[in-house]
Amino acid sequence: MLDFFFLTRFDYTLMVVSIGAALLGAISGALGTYAVLRRQSLLGDTISHAALPGIAIAFMLTGSKTPLILVLGAAIAGWIATLFVVGIVRLTRIKYDSALGIVLSTFFGFGLVLLSWIQHQGNANQAGLDTFIFGQAATLLQRDVLTIGILGGLALLITSILWKELKLLVFDEGFAASIGLPTRLLDIVLTSLLVIAIVIGLQAVGAVLMSAMLVAPAVAARQWTNRLNLMVILAGCFGAFSGVVGTFISSSATAIPTGPTIILCVTFMVVFSMALAPNRGLLWNSIKQSRNRHSLKLATSSLVKSTSVNNRIEENDNRKY
Amino acid sequence: MITENINLLTAIIAIVTASACALPGVFLVLRRMTLMSDAISHAILPGIVLAFFLTHSVSSPLLIVAATATGILTVVFVELLQKTKLVKEDAAIGLTFPALFSIGVILISRYSKNIHLDIDAVLLGELAYAPLNQLDINGREIGPVALYVMGFMFVLNVTFILVFYKELKLVTFDASLAATLGFAPTLIHYGLMALVSMTTVGAFDAVGSILVVALIVGPPATAYLMTDSLTRMLILSVIIGSINALSGYWLSIFLNVSIAGTIASVTLLVFVLVFLIVPNRGLVSIARRHIRQKWEFAQTMLVIHLFNHEGLPEAQEESEIAHLHEHLRWEPSFALRVVKNALNNRYVLQEASQLMLTERGRAKAQRALVQ
Repeated sequence: MLDFFFLTRFDYTLMVVSIGAALLGAISGALGTYAVLRRQSLLGDTISHAALPGIAIAFMLTGSKTPLILVLGAAIAGWIATLFVVGIVRLTRIKYDSALGIVLSTFFGFGLVLLSWIQHQGNANQAGLDTFIFGQAATLLQRDVLTIGILGGLALLITSILWKELKLLVFDEGFAASIGLPTRLLDIVLTSLLVIAIVIGLQAVGAVLMSAMLVAPAVAARQWTNRLNLMVILAGCFGAFSGVVGTFISSSATAIPTGPTIILCVTFMVVFSMALAPNRGLLWNSIKQSRNRHSLKLATSSLVKSTSVNNRIEENDNRKY
Repeated sequence: MITENINLLTAIIAIVTASACALPGVFLVLRRMTLMSDAISHAILPGIVLAFFLTHSVSSPLLIVAATATGILTVVFVELLQKTKLVKEDAAIGLTFPALFSIGVILISRYSKNIHLDIDAVLLGELAYAPLNQLDINGREIGPVALYVMGFMFVLNVTFILVFYKELKLVTFDASLAATLGFAPTLIHYGLMALVSMTTVGAFDAVGSILVVALIVGPPATAYLMTDSLTRMLILSVIIGSINALSGYWLSIFLNVSIAGTIASVTLLVFVLVFLIVPNRGLVSIARRHIRQKWEFAQTMLVIHLFNHEGLPEAQEESEIAHLHEHLRWEPSFALRVVKNALNNRYVLQEASQLMLTERGRAKAQRALVQ
């Protein structure tokens, strides 16, 4: 009886965690598509690191570890970090990459300062705040999954409502502005959606690995299609699939952390897609190339033959006169 | 006495680490490759772990060798990914380092139950413990390992930059010219990447892999706001890095919080401060220049307006102060301030409610019109 209880309990935890990981993978995959297409893959890395002080401040102000409150703090900090990056690029001659690097590392450092401050206050409730650095998918509770589902669902809903506007923003911002779309507002909306996708995933996979959850599914999906709607759906599926597979692999063996396993799964999908996807994949390309080379050789040899025949005819003609 | 000694040692380690990191950082900032340092600092984890499994020692030189190799491997991976043209540069970086980092984390948690190499230490570092890990030669302790390692890295970085200064400069500012002149930009590139990897490995012990990025990017970016000369930028970066390290360290002692975190926070603070107040390029001087230009332009408009109507029948009406806002479409209050400025600069004279151009004002108007 007791055995049975443990078994179901274990399965229940596993179920919660894998549902959480699947939701997370789907949401970050779908929204990461936009980041990858806009060449902002590393903005996600910056936002996820910069969220740390927000989490610490939210905890300091409220003293609670309710996921919604911490996520809100993380989102605000991630937002401010994005503003910093945009401000630095616009007002100084510092380039985008350096701006990202500075904001990422210093915000994170500030977060560490706040965390060490909280620890020294001796608040017993603070234990577990540092899961946001490395992530601990195995500690996902039902309420966390609920938060992920509601916020992520909201983000996806907004994406689908603003589908056509966001599509235009991603592919031709100048044109979007010229037909009177509020591009700056749309940019803010899209960045906010990205921030949401990141902060809800922090607890599960941590700041360091969150960027891969955004980038990898989108890159894998990109290899299979040239259409945005397919790419978003595919990226979501890839993300969800690796979330579930990663969770199961890590639960089937001892001492394999979930977050990194999920990341390795999704990286494997990228490698697989890059190698085998039709039209774009490496294998496809090399076949196409060798075929091209072969047909070029045929064409040139026949050309050489025909020109040499022509030359001979010409020579004969010349000899006549 | 002992604690004082340790405080001093920690401060020196912080300064040497910051200086060593700032030097290669200058070239990363200029070559728009700073995120490579972020990627390297994360991706060296599996290299460190594997070397640790082989040697069972945190301070073995093999760790540095392995980590450097992994760092260069990361750069190669990123470049190979880019070369397939299936992935853009940013995504290539964003794919590579989390994957390698994940391998490192899995290796640590799977196989290192009885050994003290935990992820916290690798990622976050703890400067406070750095002086305690003493270099031991024949049973005599001759100073902290971190100080020797980072001192060596500083000397190595300085030597590399001094020896290859010309090549580095050329490759940084005009890679294609460097290639045509036969300077082997790829070789210099990988040399630089090797230095970044080695410096990162040396520093991760003290400050952790994420804050290394603050030390590598922060001071050079701050220096970049202040100067146009590469030599000055190098020297300034080292000075700023040292100031950040020292003040961050003392502040953290004072507040009793994470040392490395405080140094990173101070780095941001100094960057913002410099950005605000630096002459010519700072926000304050940009704003002042804008304001000055606005008033200068308004006064020029005023003298041109007066000059155009000077000696003509309508001059009487056109030079009436109260009518300026109508003719030049200025707000009345703005018009009054412009007139006041123009009077102060002796561009115009006031007679009753009329404005008259002075010689100076007339010359200014003519000059503006000719231009």
